[in-house]
Amino acid sequence: MKRRNFIHTAALGAGLLAAPIPIFGKNIFVEELLNPGMDVATKKALADVALNTARGLGATYADARIGRYLNQYVFTREKMVQNTVNTESFGIGIRVIANGTWGFASTNDVTPDGIKKATELAISVAKANSKIQTDDVVLAPVQGYGDVSWKTPIEKSSMSVPVSEKVDLLLEANARALENGADYISSALFSVNEQKYFASTEGSYIDQDVHRIWPTLNVTAIDKASGKFKNRQGLAAPMGMGYEYLIPDKSEEIMGAGGVVLYRNRYDIVADAIASAKQAKEMLTAKSVEAGKYDLVLEPNHLGLTIHESVGHPLELDRVLGYEANYAGTSFATLDKLEAGDFNYGNELVNLVADKTQPHSLGAVGYDDEGVKCKKWDLVRNGTLVNYQAIRDQVHMIGQNESHGCCYSQSWNDVQFQRMPNVSLEPGKEKYSINDMIKDVEKGIYLVGRGSYSIDQQRYNFQFGGTLTYEIKNGEITGMVNDAAYQSNTQEFWNSCAKICDKDDYRIFGSFFDGKGQPSQVSAVSHGCSTTRFNGVNVINTGRNI
Amino acid sequence: MSIYSKDEAKEIMSRALKFSSADGCEISLSGNISGNIRYARNTVSTAGVNSNQNMTVQSNFGKKVGVATIDEFDDASLEKVVKRAEELAKLSPESPEFMPPLGPQTYEESKTAIQKTAEITPEFRAEVAASSINPAKKNGITAAGFFDDYSGFNSMMNSNGLFAFNKNTGMNFTVTMRTDDGTGSGWSTRDYNDVSMFDAAEASQIAIDKALMSREAKAIEPGKYTVILEPAASIGLLGNMFRSFNARSADEGRSFMAKEGGGNKLGERIVDERVNVYSDPFNEIVPTSTWTGDGFPRKKIDWLENGVVKNLSYSRFWADKKGVDPVPFPRNAIMEGGDASLEDLIKDTKKGILVTRLWYIRGVDPQTLLYTGLTRDGTFYIENGKIKHPIKNFRFNESPIIMLNNLETLGKQVRIDGNLIPYMKIRDFTFTSLSDAV
Repeated sequence: MKRRNFIHTAALGAGLLAAPIPIFGKNIFVEELLNPGMDVATKKALADVALNTARGLGATYADARIGRYLNQYVFTREKMVQNTVNTESFGIGIRVIANGTWGFASTNDVTPDGIKKATELAISVAKANSKIQTDDVVLAPVQGYGDVSWKTPIEKSSMSVPVSEKVDLLLEANARALENGADYISSALFSVNEQKYFASTEGSYIDQDVHRIWPTLNVTAIDKASGKFKNRQGLAAPMGMGYEYLIPDKSEEIMGAGGVVLYRNRYDIVADAIASAKQAKEMLTAKSVEAGKYDLVLEPNHLGLTIHESVGHPLELDRVLGYEANYAGTSFATLDKLEAGDFNYGNELVNLVADKTQPHSLGAVGYDDEGVKCKKWDLVRNGTLVNYQAIRDQVHMIGQNESHGCCYSQSWNDVQFQRMPNVSLEPGKEKYSINDMIKDVEKGIYLVGRGSYSIDQQRYNFQFGGTLTYEIKNGEITGMVNDAAYQSNTQEFWNSCAKICDKDDYRIFGSFFDGKGQPSQVSAVSHGCSTTRFNGVNVINTGRNI
Repeated sequence: MSIYSKDEAKEIMSRALKFSSADGCEISLSGNISGNIRYARNTVSTAGVNSNQNMTVQSNFGKKVGVATIDEFDDASLEKVVKRAEELAKLSPESPEFMPPLGPQTYEESKTAIQKTAEITPEFRAEVAASSINPAKKNGITAAGFFDDYSGFNSMMNSNGLFAFNKNTGMNFTVTMRTDDGTGSGWSTRDYNDVSMFDAAEASQIAIDKALMSREAKAIEPGKYTVILEPAASIGLLGNMFRSFNARSADEGRSFMAKEGGGNKLGERIVDERVNVYSDPFNEIVPTSTWTGDGFPRKKIDWLENGVVKNLSYSRFWADKKGVDPVPFPRNAIMEGGDASLEDLIKDTKKGILVTRLWYIRGVDPQTLLYTGLTRDGTFYIENGKIKHPIKNFRFNESPIIMLNNLETLGKQVRIDGNLIPYMKIRDFTFTSLSDAV
């Protein structure tokens, strides 16, 4: 049984309008979000039905994921609530290896009989597919962890906060934006709770409670006389946190250049809405950028997306191997480049790490969706490519015998596969502030927040814009500019890295609905970095007269 | 059982409606069976079949609205879902833009369901994969593809006497063929309501030919070029343009369709006068459902006539506010074409570029509908009426509005993603940088 609906919203800003937001499961009362769900002992007994059935039918490996996925989405515009959605999806997904081949089946009939039937189906799928399979699945060894659990370290579950409180907060942000010159504003709050129980024939019984939250806003300012309009998106990051993210804390604010207030592990949506209104109006009269080479100073909420696209995706091993060739594409970072051991991804300042354990990040869990304990590993060290992202049935292809622990499925009824872990740029070792990035720039641009983004199917050529763009001249911000986008090539770009702020400026950006695969599945992933400078990057003017 | 007949759907929703005590109640019932097969590295990677059925009940007390869903249709379940929607409605704040359920409507039939598509089997899907993989292997090529099909129905009933029903089927196919040495890549796509129109081997061969032809691509300078856009290349840009045909965002002053000084561009010429675009649920090649989600009838609507904006979509709320008739957003776009085949267009081109598809298209400036993205899977230089050699891929920064003002020639129409779009020759298409991607 599979139910999947999609909604469209303007709350995410123009950049994401084309991507519908997936909603899984059935509508429920808000109170039901707080129900504890099935107890762990029952889940274990039911998971064992799947594992024992699979073994009895000749499976050499089996895993069962009993999942309860809760979503709450609240949408507002100006003075009204557009929609509130509370959903629950509950079921079990069973994956087996029989005749050396994967088989998968799922059901929302989470009873011994329902699970037995689904397991039999998974076995029959494996056996049928084995006739066309050329090589047997090879799994990297993994320890059986016994009965363990993990929970996102949150202070306050968003699901426990009344909808009215959330609506009041969003409408307050909207009202203050309108008072400060916004013509329109959309705001939204996404709260997600994945209650996942994993069991496998390796001897693991893993209970996890994963929380994520994402407040968004999009402000529009209009000059009716000229017919011009400008949008400014909020500067929040989606986080692996509870409702505490929405409780403002001055100590978690960072003063960016140009008077922009930036946020680390706490977000003030009302203050950001006011700033959005003022900055959107300022954009209406800002000058158009002059195309040319610039030194770019990139703020983490902007650079995070560049890391996602130019490092995160090209180092997914399944992409490198061609499994995604028909959809997202392949990768320039081919196996020979890793094997050579000296592929210069960036210059020696560049250290890029994958990390499924990073606090507050979207990708943080204790164990991945095939029961591998999560960890941190290097992808690029001192500029050199040193590893990919790989899961149990892939790592042998790069001569390794330990999974990286980055297997994920968006729900119990989709099969798990390799997904991007948090991929982050390590902060600089020398003490540098944001001002240190700017003060010795003769001709530069400071980009804040996510804007337009596009990259080719092998991740060479990309073009990015920001939410806010400021011109830098002779070491100082001179004002806002419009129509700026930078174009570069991944390897050239990371080799133009000139200076990285230290850990005091480090914070994380996130992608809440990252798509991959056919049929497509979403996942959530964070990217951390400090403000970073890249010298001599090509900036184009995107203004047009029509 | 996921696919109900018209009578069965009517009976289930009538039973549910009897439990309603709200001011208004709108019930949607839908179901479908879908299947897919995915392959890569010349072998099948995943295959699956899904079925689902779902009822959504929307109840309202005045402007207070509640929605609940269920997938079981016995009397107890129906009563439960209707009562749940009513309880949620009572708890909800007023929705200022709520529009009450429509009264009875008359719908004409559109042939959206084809039995042969509904009968697709796992064996058929495996044959589709084999039709790509076998010829690929013979040509030193690696195939990756995805085929999915569905058969379903949508129906609705409301407390004001409206009933609507539609059955539909469809299939989508994409395949990427890459030469084993990684220097060439080709792609093709097909989509139909009727699977008997689909020839997997033919579509796969086109992708193979493009992969072989695109090896050893040469770099040429970025700049403004005359391009021949295959429909798969132009649909991404055109689709984004069609989405801007919305009266509300235009009237609010925040879309390309907004006018200086206020108002919208209805009646203005925005593109070349040879451009005519309409939507038509009854078109035999790209049929769609003849009613919207709330039961409003879909009809043939002109959007661009001789380059002039003839209609913008108006939701029921916005139409009511503006005192005009609602215009539903369409499910298909039909752009009138000409007689020229792709070969004719190439033959008539002195210097130009043939583009198979555009990829990773993202908005850059909503004010001008400027988009960026890249060419992919077969980009070729044309000289003196012939394809001379493959070229490296380009990044473009272009607006569909500028593109349609620079129209040279319209060619034959092709079905693409449920739309009918012609081959197009465009002058001065803006490529801004080179990509090494194959």
